Amino acid sequence: MATTVENLPSREHERPVGFGRLKRKEDARFIRGKGNYLDDIRLPGMLHGAVLRSPFAHAKINSIDTSAALAQPNVAAVITAKDLETLGLAWMPTISYDTQAVLAGDKVRFQGQEVAFVIATDEYSARDALQLIDVDYDPLPAVVNARMALDQDAPLIRDDKEGQADNLASPTWEAGDDEATERAFAEADTVVARDIIYPRCHPAPLETCGMIADFNPETGQLDIYNGNQAPHAHRTVYAHVAGLAEHKIRIICNDIGGGFGNKVPVYPGYVCAIAGSIVAGKPVKWIEDRSENLMSTGFARDYLMRAEICSKDGRITGLRVDAIADHGAFDSTAQPTKFPAGFFHIVCGSYDLQASHVKVKAVYTNKAPGGVAYRCSFRITEAVYLVERMVDALAMEMKVDPIELRMRSFIRPDQFPYETTTGWTYDSGNYAETMKVAMEMAGYDDLRREQAEKRARGELMGIGVSFFTEGVGAGPRKHMDILGLAMNDGADLRVHPSGKAVVSISAQPQGQGHETTFAQIVAEELGIPPEDVEVRHGDTDKAPYGLGTYGSRSTPVSGGAVALVSRKVRDKARLIAATMLETRPEDLAWEKGRWYVKGDPEKGVLIEDIAARAYSGQPLPEGMEGGLDAQMIYDPPNLTYPYGAYIAVVDIDPETAEVKVRRFIAVDDCGVRINPMVVEGQIHGGLAEGVGIALMEVITFDDDGNCLNGSFMDYLIPTALECPDFEVGETVTPCPHHPLGAKGVGESPNVGSPPAIVNAVIDALHETHGVDQIDMPCTPARVWAAMQGRPEPPQ
Amino acid sequence: MQVTININGQPVSRDVEPRTLLVHFIRDTPGLTGTHWGCDTSNCGACVVLMDGKPVKSCTALAAMCEGHEIRTVESLEVNDRLDPVQEGFHEMHALQCGFCTPGMLMTARALLDTNPDPTEQEIRTAISGGICRCTGYKNIVAAVRWAADHQNGAHQEA
Repeated sequence: MATTVENLPSREHERPVGFGRLKRKEDARFIRGKGNYLDDIRLPGMLHGAVLRSPFAHAKINSIDTSAALAQPNVAAVITAKDLETLGLAWMPTISYDTQAVLAGDKVRFQGQEVAFVIATDEYSARDALQLIDVDYDPLPAVVNARMALDQDAPLIRDDKEGQADNLASPTWEAGDDEATERAFAEADTVVARDIIYPRCHPAPLETCGMIADFNPETGQLDIYNGNQAPHAHRTVYAHVAGLAEHKIRIICNDIGGGFGNKVPVYPGYVCAIAGSIVAGKPVKWIEDRSENLMSTGFARDYLMRAEICSKDGRITGLRVDAIADHGAFDSTAQPTKFPAGFFHIVCGSYDLQASHVKVKAVYTNKAPGGVAYRCSFRITEAVYLVERMVDALAMEMKVDPIELRMRSFIRPDQFPYETTTGWTYDSGNYAETMKVAMEMAGYDDLRREQAEKRARGELMGIGVSFFTEGVGAGPRKHMDILGLAMNDGADLRVHPSGKAVVSISAQPQGQGHETTFAQIVAEELGIPPEDVEVRHGDTDKAPYGLGTYGSRSTPVSGGAVALVSRKVRDKARLIAATMLETRPEDLAWEKGRWYVKGDPEKGVLIEDIAARAYSGQPLPEGMEGGLDAQMIYDPPNLTYPYGAYIAVVDIDPETAEVKVRRFIAVDDCGVRINPMVVEGQIHGGLAEGVGIALMEVITFDDDGNCLNGSFMDYLIPTALECPDFEVGETVTPCPHHPLGAKGVGESPNVGSPPAIVNAVIDALHETHGVDQIDMPCTPARVWAAMQGRPEPPQ
Repeated sequence: MQVTININGQPVSRDVEPRTLLVHFIRDTPGLTGTHWGCDTSNCGACVVLMDGKPVKSCTALAAMCEGHEIRTVESLEVNDRLDPVQEGFHEMHALQCGFCTPGMLMTARALLDTNPDPTEQEIRTAISGGICRCTGYKNIVAAVRWAADHQNGAHQEA
């Protein structure tokens, strides 16, 4: 595919290298329908699996009779917890040091929990057989509400865990300074409190989760085809769970139809597919349907938060938060080990506070497990939503413009690196500048005038603001690991004799465009045109170890690895060039793609000539090995801290209470942009998700724990009609510690947009209807109730 | 039961169960895996193909209902190494990321432009509103369809 790069930093350079808008290499296969997603893979002799799921949220299992299913001619095997026990696979560790039943043996603990696994010759037969399995249940009272889970007399959910006497999933976790926060509140002149819920929602990638497990009994080799966001970590987990040797497991991730965090965890269905292949001796494919995806795999959020915020002399000074995290029946949230509430303590936001304090309790409920997913760097989404709602509530109480209050309270550019009151070290920023750009793009003053005019006519228009700071790119090994695995990423770069290159990475794209942007990094660093750099990923046998793609960590961590491995190659190339030019390495200077003699620019050698020399029979520097390649594992010194200013403009129909997002202005500062087109695409997508979360997307349960949003008929995702024509802008504050000056960006729009939209909804209704709080999603029913002064219907 | 469906100009015949969905027929028999399945409930549009020129969701049609009809899938868009303008437009305007919704979106766009060669933004948004894209926020898909409308005879062939 031909490529073009526009807006190059060095325009005059004739070699098409480096950063800038570059159309994607990936597109060639996707626009032809030639992507290779999991369900497109067919192996010889492959069988198909299907999972029987619990109809109850909480029930004792008396017996499971699989005989009728087994009698079906097309059924090869039916696996239950009993069978898994003999393989030692009945329970698996979660990524948060909890345990989760692979198949329920004693009890079911959420509706949709895995109870049996059928393997048949085809998917239709496997699903038919599910209906022939007879499970005798004794239903038990279900715990659906996280606050009620803390009641003394609440039913005990995890009676499988020795010593577990209540429904607390982990010890209460705190950050910040309690006493200093007390003082800040005592000295404050305005204090505002709110109960705010970030409801349960779901990433729902368009391709659901699934696996093909192919165990070869003769060799003991297990090949796994599975779209997941962290293949190397999964391989390590399978080695532990299944007792297989890690070097005999190979995970192959081809194209992935979206992840958004949903494809981070290890699911029981995966373990069943592996067990099925071991039992059947044939490849077993299992792919969940949409209901299974929505009802059983990694949900997002479900935070119940009580917060107080205060100000003194017109500035925000303190914040106090008491939150309950609803983990569902098993704690499978994916947090770095030392951070059981993730990065929620970034709730101090973008403000120069006097003090803050955060407390998080985690509880079990009879709901599906999960709690990391959906384009969220470890609970930052909940934190940003909370603080940005609280700042607006405070501005409302103080009767100041919400932007004005933010401007007065921002961390100033000269304060960076800035230690927050909860222990983060923000690397860089110029928040006020970014806020101003957003105001200009939006025409903020004109919007306020328009709003006043409309209000006078009885029309409901709202303008909502949010400003977020994220900490992404986990992370430094001294602070962060998952299951003991440092959160680093590797890169392996091989420059071939012709000067063309292959770079293998441990990041795992699901649509982010790494095949293009990571080629641009090599291009920028080595002067090899991006079309001559092939980016390999998704094969644990071929790529170096690393923790994968989630939490906006690809560019901060894997991108850093690719930049630095390129520099290693460049350093080796310099030594070879010195030999070729018969001079000393320190006498050479680099320009894109070429080492040349300082003071004599005509005398130089191109990277492809150096590569040819490296593999040739001609002399190399004394003691040097041949070839031109390098490998490295990158340990980032800190997270990167992207930020942005978002403004939403909404119109609310006074008669139907329908909220329409008319305009959305997003100004992001993610440092240096490797490919602005890809960055903007990421922002558009995250904004659409934010529109969905704010207005439509929610996973709810009735009192018996029945999931009420188990299909796309009930779990509503915005279409082109609900999304406005997003307006995006940028400021660029390079990250001081990242090799490229880049910061992560993928999650920013999902993090920043819901508070802007909800703030806009409240802004539309406050003056006329007295609304000062509403929880998401702002559906017509909930907005209508708020307009009438009635309690909002449950989510 | 024996079903014969014309797919991309070729008759495809197979003995199927009456309940076999069109999307499975297309993916299994001629092995055209460009048509995707995403939701079961006709909401996501990843499975959109053209039946006699009109976009239909192939997860909600039985193969048996399509006997004698003409089906077009994403694999038919490129003819003699020449991309359809909608394919070019999606590449030009970065209208895809993970690519999973793309075949359905492309076929929907093709059907729109066949009946309305000069659609407004609102007409494009309405036309693609039967599909879900989780990656792009639709902005660039709208731009891509508009690009295709402006380059109906094709512009360049670089993808």
